[in-house]
Amino acid sequence: MKEEIVIAGFGGQGVLSMGKILAYSGLMEDKEVTWMPSYGPEQRGGTANVTVIVSDERISSPILNMYDTAVVLNQQSLDKFEKMVKPGGVLIYDSYGINTPPTRTDIKIYRIEATEATIEINNSKAFNMIVLGAYLKVKPVVTIENVLKGLKKTLPERHWHLIPMNEEALKKGATLINE
Amino acid sequence: MELNDIIRPENRVYKKPSLLNDAHMHYCPGCSHGVVHKLVAEVIEEMGLQEKAIGVSPVGCAVFAYNYIDIDWLEAAHGRAPAMATATKRLMPDKLVFTYQGDGDLSAIGTAETIHAANRGENITIIFINNAIYGMTGGQMAPTTLLGQKTATCPYGRRADLNGYPLAISNLLAQLDGTCYVTRQTVYSPAAVRKTKAALKKAFQNSMDGKGCSVVEVVSTCNTGWKLTPVKANEWLQENMFAKYPLGDLKNNE
Amino acid sequence: MNDKVTLMKGNEALAVAAIRYGADGYFGYPITPQSEVLEKLEEEMPWETTGMVVLQAESEVAAINMVYAGASCGKTVLTSTSSPGFSLMQEGMSYMAASEVPALVINVMRGGPGLGTIHPSQADYFQAVKGGGHGDYRLITLAPASVQEMVDFVALGWDLAFKYRAVSMILADGVIGQMMEKVVLPEQRPRHTEEWIRENCPWAVNGRKGMRPKNIITSLELDDDKMEENNHRFQATYREIEKNEQRCELINTDDCDYLIVAFGSMARISQKAMELAAEEGIKVGIARPITLWPFPVDAIRKAAEGVKGILSVELSAGQLIEDIKLATDCNYPVDIFYRLGGNVPAPDEILNALKEKLVNKLG
Repeated sequence: MKEEIVIAGFGGQGVLSMGKILAYSGLMEDKEVTWMPSYGPEQRGGTANVTVIVSDERISSPILNMYDTAVVLNQQSLDKFEKMVKPGGVLIYDSYGINTPPTRTDIKIYRIEATEATIEINNSKAFNMIVLGAYLKVKPVVTIENVLKGLKKTLPERHWHLIPMNEEALKKGATLINE
Repeated sequence: MELNDIIRPENRVYKKPSLLNDAHMHYCPGCSHGVVHKLVAEVIEEMGLQEKAIGVSPVGCAVFAYNYIDIDWLEAAHGRAPAMATATKRLMPDKLVFTYQGDGDLSAIGTAETIHAANRGENITIIFINNAIYGMTGGQMAPTTLLGQKTATCPYGRRADLNGYPLAISNLLAQLDGTCYVTRQTVYSPAAVRKTKAALKKAFQNSMDGKGCSVVEVVSTCNTGWKLTPVKANEWLQENMFAKYPLGDLKNNE
Repeated sequence: MNDKVTLMKGNEALAVAAIRYGADGYFGYPITPQSEVLEKLEEEMPWETTGMVVLQAESEVAAINMVYAGASCGKTVLTSTSSPGFSLMQEGMSYMAASEVPALVINVMRGGPGLGTIHPSQADYFQAVKGGGHGDYRLITLAPASVQEMVDFVALGWDLAFKYRAVSMILADGVIGQMMEKVVLPEQRPRHTEEWIRENCPWAVNGRKGMRPKNIITSLELDDDKMEENNHRFQATYREIEKNEQRCELINTDDCDYLIVAFGSMARISQKAMELAAEEGIKVGIARPITLWPFPVDAIRKAAEGVKGILSVELSAGQLIEDIKLATDCNYPVDIFYRLGGNVPAPDEILNALKEKLVNKLG
């Protein structure tokens, strides 16, 4: 198993921390993981993005030009990363603020309403966990249990009471995917 | 009476400190360094710190201090002695750590290291030989050179409009919360030598007691750089240096 | 999963590895992209546990001289910085080399020259492997390509530094410093005791206990003949290091038509390019120097045997390639692909360069 994923959006959407949680979850499953924040040419253009690789094998490059999955959270990121999904790969995008939807036909495209969902569960801070839940529904590279285990491991104890809320957000995210 | 009858332990009124070895000093006759070296050796010995003392020698005339005083030494890059002393003392808090620096080393190239080591309150002693000139490189202007004083790089006398003003850095160091003892002494007379010795003892004791940074400035002569005989240099010192660099304690936290 | 396995940024891993090794002191000044080293150390508060000293110095100049002092005392000390800061440290590096003291210095390189950028670069290669400061000296230069190697090379760096009384340096770049990967942390080792230092570093400045003969650490020797003698001794040590300590990772080099030589992050990205090339039927191998000095001449020569051409892939405008040409006596066509000033290539850029510069020309 090897999953090469890019997560991209505006700064402040929790892009980097979503990647971190995914990487940590991979670690919980004893997989090789690499988390690489936007660096180099792909950073130009005002968006934050992170490359996460989860693999059974040793990982070569932390920097990629093609991805198995792109999770994009704004128009700029969509414009940039749609073409960087491998044929047969997956593109997940949040519908909010998207004027020009993706057009490729050789990849699987999931349009989710994650911003809407934050309003439904009345928790704007859970946005990235909703997106992560949606992603894991499409690509169950790690289990929800291990995501929660990873959260517990990374969060200081005083924040552990937030874990149930995160679990709820993950589950909410999964319901946004309609096959 | 034979000479050997006179040189007997019971007749001895003075002896060279055992930590000061017999190596020929490279200092010019009349220079203050030799006296201060002797005092440092004497005080370390009297305080019983021979096995704990670590000196940091500078770049300047005292670069070879390590050849004369038999304790462990580090030889610093120009100006960096307080940084070296900082790490040495922090890594080995039970040791006596001191720097021995001239005016160029301490108050020109090493100003940042001096101020920050003092301001952090490092438990070290800074011995500062201020002779208002660069001795080793041949008599160039120092930050402490007096207005009107002639040196190789201000041959017509130091001018404020060209070279700025003499820097009384000890006064500056006394302002810092990290210093516990800042004093200005001299060694041109036996009485002054005794006072300087007491100052060094107090400073070393502060360092061992962890009271903060101690600074002992010694207003010194450089008869070669000043182009004077040793006697004339001592006179010039009294007539000119003390006006800008008055003697006494600038700070003494008991 | 055991507790020693964790996910960590390269820079943080350096800090934790230093504590675990039993370091006595870290002295450093913040500079992007490696400030996490000092931040992590301050967060971990090792002075409460192992007794390690951590100090934010007033400048890189002060920091390197603190390291110089600590090393002169036989202590296990380090600093870390990034390119402009490392330039400021060169005087201290030269003094340490001349004083033959063991220390560890880390440069997480960023794009230069000048203040440059905060993004990754490898343009301090020459500065690290050819000396950097004044006088004839060398640094044992280790180039980690993963967060795990950031951890491992802290230990290796100090082991080699103490073995040869030389300065070891970890030459990383912003990619390795900023990325997070799985790491296995070593067990906590105790710090060296004063007895250990007195026995193993009899030259150390730590007070004349028992009134042993005095120790002086100095880089000054005004007698030309003695200074020449000192230089011969330094060089003899360097020859010994060159003989014993060359390290290189070879990937797919037994049966390849083209050889990529790259270190650090560039070796990782090149490896992906190698995978992409294999999909197109192009046989590429990679030689990854782990020690940049001593340059792994023997391994590179062996890897180059029978290849049609060599590509140096670097984040510098023709630095690594010089050592490749020297190592292979210019017996093979060697070309170069680089990005500069903080830009990092994606794998396909490397593959395209390989095709354009070697495959299409040499067949």
